[in-house]
Amino acid sequence: MAPAIMTRFTDTFSRGPALVCFITAGDGDTAANLDAMVEGGADVIELGMPFTDPMADGPAIQNANIRSLGKETKTADVLQIATDFRARHPDVPLVLMGYANPMIRRGPEWFADAAEKAGVDGVICVDLAPEEDEDLGPALRAKGIAPIRLATPTTDEARLPMVLDKSAGFLYYVSVAGITGKQSAALADIKSNVSRIKQHTDLPVAVGFGVRTPEQAEAIAKVADGVVVGSALVEIVAEHGENAPQHLCALVEKLANAVHSAR
Amino acid sequence: MTENKPNSFRNQPDDRGHFGQFGGRYVAETLMPLILGLEKEYKAAKEDPAFKAEFDDLLEHYVGRPSPMYFAPRLTEELGGAQIWFKRDELNHTGAHKINNCIGQILLAIRMGKTRIIAETGAGQHGVATATVCARFGLPCIVYMGAEDVRRQSPNVFRMKLLGAEVRPVTAGRGTLKDAMNEALRDWVANVHDTFYIIGTAAGPHPYPELVRDFQSVIGKEARAQLLERTGKLPDLLVAAIGGGSNAIGLFHPFLDDPTVKMLGVEAAGHGLDGDEHAASLAGGFPGVLHGNKTYLLQDEDGQITEGHSISAGLDYPGIGPEHAWLKETGRVEYTHATDTEALEAFQLLCRTEGIIPALEPSHAIAAITKVAPTMPKDAIICANLCGRGDKDIFTVAEALGVEM
Repeated sequence: MAPAIMTRFTDTFSRGPALVCFITAGDGDTAANLDAMVEGGADVIELGMPFTDPMADGPAIQNANIRSLGKETKTADVLQIATDFRARHPDVPLVLMGYANPMIRRGPEWFADAAEKAGVDGVICVDLAPEEDEDLGPALRAKGIAPIRLATPTTDEARLPMVLDKSAGFLYYVSVAGITGKQSAALADIKSNVSRIKQHTDLPVAVGFGVRTPEQAEAIAKVADGVVVGSALVEIVAEHGENAPQHLCALVEKLANAVHSAR
Repeated sequence: MTENKPNSFRNQPDDRGHFGQFGGRYVAETLMPLILGLEKEYKAAKEDPAFKAEFDDLLEHYVGRPSPMYFAPRLTEELGGAQIWFKRDELNHTGAHKINNCIGQILLAIRMGKTRIIAETGAGQHGVATATVCARFGLPCIVYMGAEDVRRQSPNVFRMKLLGAEVRPVTAGRGTLKDAMNEALRDWVANVHDTFYIIGTAAGPHPYPELVRDFQSVIGKEARAQLLERTGKLPDLLVAAIGGGSNAIGLFHPFLDDPTVKMLGVEAAGHGLDGDEHAASLAGGFPGVLHGNKTYLLQDEDGQITEGHSISAGLDYPGIGPEHAWLKETGRVEYTHATDTEALEAFQLLCRTEGIIPALEPSHAIAAITKVAPTMPKDAIICANLCGRGDKDIFTVAEALGVEM
């Protein structure tokens, strides 16, 4: 059985390089911001689940987490945002991205069930190494939700098969050893690492961390299946508040055109 | 539980770093290859006589080990029950048990060819100990410390700077130990090629809980030999304060397979367990994942981490080492707690009866002893770890007692 939601990834990536857009749930008018990104041409949405201790994130996304939790965003609110998004956008792949503790707090089955009901296609759990997959992976797979794994410049040949095993949807290649939103990797390094990874998998490979401009996005789209942009969008939410949608739409449109020009 | 009792309590963790359901390796992928490398290097170091010889030599001649085992006659008399003995780890160089672990970890860092050291600190004791070993071995040292703790613990900040460390205040969150650890992890993930992270307590991703325990086990090994020699028998009860739990696991571990030896870990109950202002993860928390391991955490119903509180900055952490979580579930170690007020009373009691100014951390252990010792016979033996000296805490204590200095 191939659950329906998995086909959203297949359909999306089959059209060529995709733009993956991240914002943190509960930071600003999330529904309006998500709609603006889709309008601008985002192919995949990553919705950040706020956490008190976002250890892998730089200041932009840390602050987004703090702002969201400061407004008392609950797990139930994140799931409601996802549910409403799915109702408005039946075809856009939706990924929840966050840290393990909020995902397993009520048990992995509870979370997987709630995510499936909300129409979520994939889950990225930043601090769940493949070694600890059993804490969440089986529950997600049982509901047809893709556990999306991360590979990094430090993920060597010996380790890569383990990272890829049981991962689904797409592979998220973290192009710099570091936290989100900081420095950018050299294109040559991205190219060689993506081709190295693609020797081991048929999954689409999306590249993120430090991607901010249409020029970067276009260059990466030529060597990868997807481009992930997060901090640059989160900064727009921080800067423009309730006026964020128009600014998000404008930047996403430029990014999407750049990514799609590689198709 | 009885059917499943393990043959030994001393063979944890398993090869994936699990203590029962706790522990493990919950880190971002960038760090995974590094901690797998650390595990490999630690295994090799354990088998290397030269590594052990250098560790032992530094503990003896630089740290000042073995630390004394001291019988406390006036405290024993005051409480009117069991004999109370103190393992005097507050007499170590730098004034606490933290240095034992730092010596071990910096030797590992050098073995791995790392040239830059980072650490987190709460009260500053681990920061001072890390800065100390970095000065000793000539490595640059960056210590992350919550901005609130920088303010509360200014003497230790100055000590670290004197020792050549750079102290980076962390303003995220509430600016305490948890936030400092987040920032240290962010530094590490961005500098994996040259940086070694010296974690200060028996927590974090595998193999940290195991190696910190092993380095701190010198406390329990010495205590076991000293008590056997001095009293002719094993103690009836071991007592230690618990924040992350490194001093406690160091004392307890060598005794875990001595069935007659009972053990009591003492968490910080702050203003009391009925409110939110405490740091007792076992008594008031639930299993979850933070800072690389699965353990008991103070958290809300959504899995958001709540801030601990204790008068002792060293116990003010919302988690606990995973081996303690496992020892609680197996029932091998009993865990209790002491409030800020009880710790302050115990602090003054030890000053008055024994002429020892303890840190606020072991004052929690002493508070528990004041309750349990009178219920035990006079030939029973309690051994508590005096894991730090109280010089750093006199300002906090003065403030709590309403004394103008």
